[in-house]
Amino acid sequence: MKTLVLVEHENGDLKDATLSAVTAAASLGEVHLLVAGDAGAAAVAEAAARIAGVGKVHLAEDASLAHQLAENVAPLAVSLMEGHDAFVAPATTTGKNIAPRVAALLDVMQISDVIAIEGEDTFVRPIYAGNAIATVKSSDAKKVLTVRATAFDKAPREGGSGTVERVSGAGDQGLSSFVGAEIAASERPELTSAKIIVSGGRALGSAEQFHQYIDPLADKLGAAVGASRAAVDAGYAPNDYQVGQTGKIVAPELYVAVGISGAIQHLAGMKDSKLIVAINKDEDAPIFQVADIGLVGDLFKLVPELTEKL
Amino acid sequence: MKLLVPVKRVIDYNVKPRVKADGTGVDLANVKMSMNPFDEIAVEEAIRLKEKGVATEIVVVSIGPAKAQETLRTALAMGADRAILVQTDDNVEPLAVAKILTKIAAEEQPGMVILGKQAIDDDSNQTGQMLAALLGWAQGTFASKVEVEGEAVSVTREVDGGLETVRLKLPAIVTTDLRLNEPRYASLPNIMKAKSKPLATKSPADYGVDIAPRLTTLQVREPSKREAGVKVGSVDELIDRLRTVGVIG
Ligand SMILES: Cc1cc2nc3c(=O)[nH]c(=O)nc-3n(C[C@H](O)[C@H](O)[C@H](O)COP(=O)(O)OP(=O)(O)OC[C@H]3O[C@@H](n4cnc5c(N)ncnc54)[C@H](O)[C@@H]3O)c2cc1C
Ligand SMILES: Nc1ncnc2c1ncn2[C@@H]1O[C@H](COP(=O)(O)O)[C@@H](O)[C@H]1O
Repeated sequence: MKTLVLVEHENGDLKDATLSAVTAAASLGEVHLLVAGDAGAAAVAEAAARIAGVGKVHLAEDASLAHQLAENVAPLAVSLMEGHDAFVAPATTTGKNIAPRVAALLDVMQISDVIAIEGEDTFVRPIYAGNAIATVKSSDAKKVLTVRATAFDKAPREGGSGTVERVSGAGDQGLSSFVGAEIAASERPELTSAKIIVSGGRALGSAEQFHQYIDPLADKLGAAVGASRAAVDAGYAPNDYQVGQTGKIVAPELYVAVGISGAIQHLAGMKDSKLIVAINKDEDAPIFQVADIGLVGDLFKLVPELTEKL
Repeated sequence: MKLLVPVKRVIDYNVKPRVKADGTGVDLANVKMSMNPFDEIAVEEAIRLKEKGVATEIVVVSIGPAKAQETLRTALAMGADRAILVQTDDNVEPLAVAKILTKIAAEEQPGMVILGKQAIDDDSNQTGQMLAALLGWAQGTFASKVEVEGEAVSVTREVDGGLETVRLKLPAIVTTDLRLNEPRYASLPNIMKAKSKPLATKSPADYGVDIAPRLTTLQVREPSKREAGVKVGSVDELIDRLRTVGVIG
């Protein structure tokens, strides 16, 4: 099988989620990559060609591809699918935006959020917020998948000797345009690839207290910061911090849940973490059913003490 | 403009799904069912656009069993004008849902179709994007803000890095994220009024769409269980344990 993997990149950086998608695709067969972008994309393609196990890298460089608009990227991907059997994208917001558009144009039913590949046509994916795990077999001639990054090891960034081949995009479809973005720059590790995460919930009470209590603990641990939906909805933390069924899926070495009750939608995003620590004043909070280490008490007292003593 | 809002009947988000013992699926017998939460947000957004004078009519559509009528009535009670039930007891995959919606869009000529970003049962997150592809329209997925400006709509999207704003030519597809709005509850008088709002019943065959599934479910199983761990009595004990396991130095 020949697979085409969509490369996720931003400001010239090739994102880790791509590396997991490469590993997933490699279990299906030959791995080719698609780098779509504007002038900076050539450098990304060079980096992509060095990923272990990669064959050809298709590079499409065009102003209309600058912001990965699905309307412009999808027809490009579809044109390359003539020579490929599977399209694989990481289950990031970019991948989730583009892959179904590609699938529909190919008249293929996509398999979302794949966590294991059992054969050329058989895939495992969570449903119902991860409360059930389904094994599905696809009868479509070509496969379109999005893959969950936490479920596949990252392919090494070096060791490959792929070749870069330029392809032309379908141009600007004239349907959409990029207006602007508010992307928070942070010194902290990225949530989805961090080894340690400290997450805060509704109990933090305000944005000020969220920063005051969560940030120093995260800094001490060199951790990324996450949040529950309730904390995001209340404006204590930005939307990109949300961990859960409909937010980010994480699986760090250590996940510290502070003042988070443990609703199924939250657990869906973090219960594959290696070690879970929960701090909650309610000893019956559901988070304790998945926590390896629980500490019952008032976070406003316990978190500063923990930060201090670490 | 007219707005089309597809709504799906799904397990209520407060219910913990249970896998059937025979491994064929999730047990939905006698389980509380509700409108997919993201679709409530979609209906609410449509109503707000109508209240602002941007939209003139809101048509809600559901593809599913006879009971999906209840979901449509809920949407009508919230403030939608008219409903279409495409009735089937079969499991309809997102691709087939998108094909049926394509046909309905061709008939109804909406200025926008507002969908949920994801149905909380299959967690596919596909239908809106597929519909956009089949119609050849622009898509604004995971929306936290929607502003119609003449012949275009500006959509702020919740993306992994933060927020992104795109401008889409109309007609367009929008899919909702959690922060777009807070859906209203239907008042009792509106629930009564909704009973007499028009609801047309159709079948997938009426639209000439083949809904045969492309995926066969071979097995549905429980996720691996996590055992509850220990409770520690103090911060010192917590730090001790973390050191023992080696996650902190
Ligand atoms: C469609 C849909 C999608 C959703 N997606 C997500 C998602 O992706 N991610 C997500 O997280 N949620 C999601 N949710 C929301 C989810 O159902 C819960 O509402 C949410 O996770 C609750 O957040 P929380 O635990 O911070 O708040 P709460 O449930 O209010 O819990 C607060 C906790 O803090 C504890 N507490 C209070 N004060 C203190 C104190 N001083 N010290 C210590 N502990 C204290 C309380 O005992 C309680 O357990 C979704 C819901 C829906 C309907
Ligand atoms: N059977 C259905 N009937 C009506 N709308 C649906 C149906 N299935 C999916 N949708 C719409 O598509 C969105 C995304 O669903 P999905 O792609 O299944 O995650 C939902 O939030 C609904 O708006």
